[in-house]
Amino acid sequence: MTFLIALTLFVLAVFLGVELISKVPPTLHTPLMSGSNAISGITLIGAMVSAGSDHRTLTTTLAFAAVVLATVNVVGGFLVTNRMLSMFSSRTRKPAEQHD
Amino acid sequence: MDRADLIVLGYLVAAVFFILGLKGLARPRTARRGNLLGASGMLLAVLVTLIDQAIVSYWVLAAGLAVGAGIGTVLAVRVQMTSMPELVALFNGFGGAASVLVAGASFHEFVDLDLVDDQVSTAAAVTALIGAVTFTGSVIAFFKLKESLKWSGFGGIRVVNGALALTSLALGAMVIIDPSNTTWLWALVAVGAVLGLLAVVPIGGADMPVVIAILNSLSGLAASATGFVLDNTLLIIAGSLVGASGLILTQIMCVAMNRSAIAVIFSDAPSSSAGSIDADDVYAGRVTSSSPDEVAMILDTASRVVIVPGYGLAVAQAQHVVRELTNVLEKRGVEVVFGIHPVAGRMPGHMNVLLAEAEVDYELLLEMDVVNPTFAQTDVVIVIGANDVVNPLAETDPESPIAGMPILNVDHARTVVVIKRSLSPGFAGIPNPLFAADNALMLFGDGKQAVSDITKALAEV
Repeated sequence: MTFLIALTLFVLAVFLGVELISKVPPTLHTPLMSGSNAISGITLIGAMVSAGSDHRTLTTTLAFAAVVLATVNVVGGFLVTNRMLSMFSSRTRKPAEQHD
Repeated sequence: MDRADLIVLGYLVAAVFFILGLKGLARPRTARRGNLLGASGMLLAVLVTLIDQAIVSYWVLAAGLAVGAGIGTVLAVRVQMTSMPELVALFNGFGGAASVLVAGASFHEFVDLDLVDDQVSTAAAVTALIGAVTFTGSVIAFFKLKESLKWSGFGGIRVVNGALALTSLALGAMVIIDPSNTTWLWALVAVGAVLGLLAVVPIGGADMPVVIAILNSLSGLAASATGFVLDNTLLIIAGSLVGASGLILTQIMCVAMNRSAIAVIFSDAPSSSAGSIDADDVYAGRVTSSSPDEVAMILDTASRVVIVPGYGLAVAQAQHVVRELTNVLEKRGVEVVFGIHPVAGRMPGHMNVLLAEAEVDYELLLEMDVVNPTFAQTDVVIVIGANDVVNPLAETDPESPIAGMPILNVDHARTVVVIKRSLSPGFAGIPNPLFAADNALMLFGDGKQAVSDITKALAEV
């Protein structure tokens, strides 16, 4: 992949990100932040290649630490976001609760 | 099609999952599914990465994944909703650190194999700087949010930061000019780490939502820069999506405070400039203290109540008793809604999560622009642990450090009950004329205790 293609992907994805997020209601700001934070743990896949490649001890050690940190970020991030979102409820969505 | 192509195709599918996931996260009804889509995309990305030919030792990987997943699960399951800002800050930091380590490890590999070109060295330098700043900045934010770090820097810290920023640019240039010497890269990481630390140390309190949003954005950009090092499409796309979303949140927070991100990072904390108004002049003889019984009596005749929560609600863990009070009022036929200022709490949407935990319907949580015009038709406003976001000085005193910040106009209501421990100022360090207003009643005490006392008193009215 040439640098220009990589740059194209980057710029297009930034614009896409802005479009996707710009209308998010304040109620979802915290889950959005922790959910997107989990996605930024994508660096995990880079860490995996380096950690598994057996190049030399230094790089394997660095990459192993990266795998651990990124996995904490990914697993913790998605789990805690799910936990938060499971608490959001609306009576308009569950009409049965309206009469209590 | 060889393995490498298969991996890239898998990454493409994962990228689509991330896009759909973020789209879902932007709407309450689809948010949970959106998060699951994001997680599925991540799982897919991890699985296709496993077929990469470069990976030869699966045990190291399995160990790293297992340890990380274990720690992540424990943190996610055990965290209290009031501590959510800390946890998000910590996860941000881990993401930033992981990006630095990956870029560092790959840079060493490229140097050993003599494969370094300008793109690799430039991207590695960018990742090292952004990732290191994200890591230490987030760790400091974590300790500040836990309130276990009181240090707010020293005189001239901004000058030191400026010097560090220039040094990091010089080191970045050296990484690109002389890539074979990997010391430059690690020196850059070290300088970036100090910079992140010193940049966040002077920031506190109400500016925290802006900082967390910026760090969130930076963690995404660090991942994206790592993608440029590794020539990895998914890292570039996912990282920049997150970078953009953090940017939007930063923008929203800044508008809500009428401050620019630059001002938050580079100006001194507002508490150092207390404005032109003296607290004694504002409060002397004008503050009316109230009791739970009196508040219950006033609520008894109310038909519309707005509850305005602030960070103090989180500190007092008062969200559940607030829900009980809401239930009691609703049973009496009172209309109860919540007015949420965008920067109430310590991270964007902090109050909404707390109230959701207490099973308050999210449709009752009204944004500032929606709730403000309704205060004139409101009988009672109950302010719990909020201060600067309801301070009329923002509109009346152009000298005030919060001048121009949009506020909740609670003083337009018939009666305002302010539940607060004392008359001490909020983060901005200025007195609040609201507390001395004719229609304001102060109910001094712990937020949780005060609200449950009101609820009890209301049952006896």
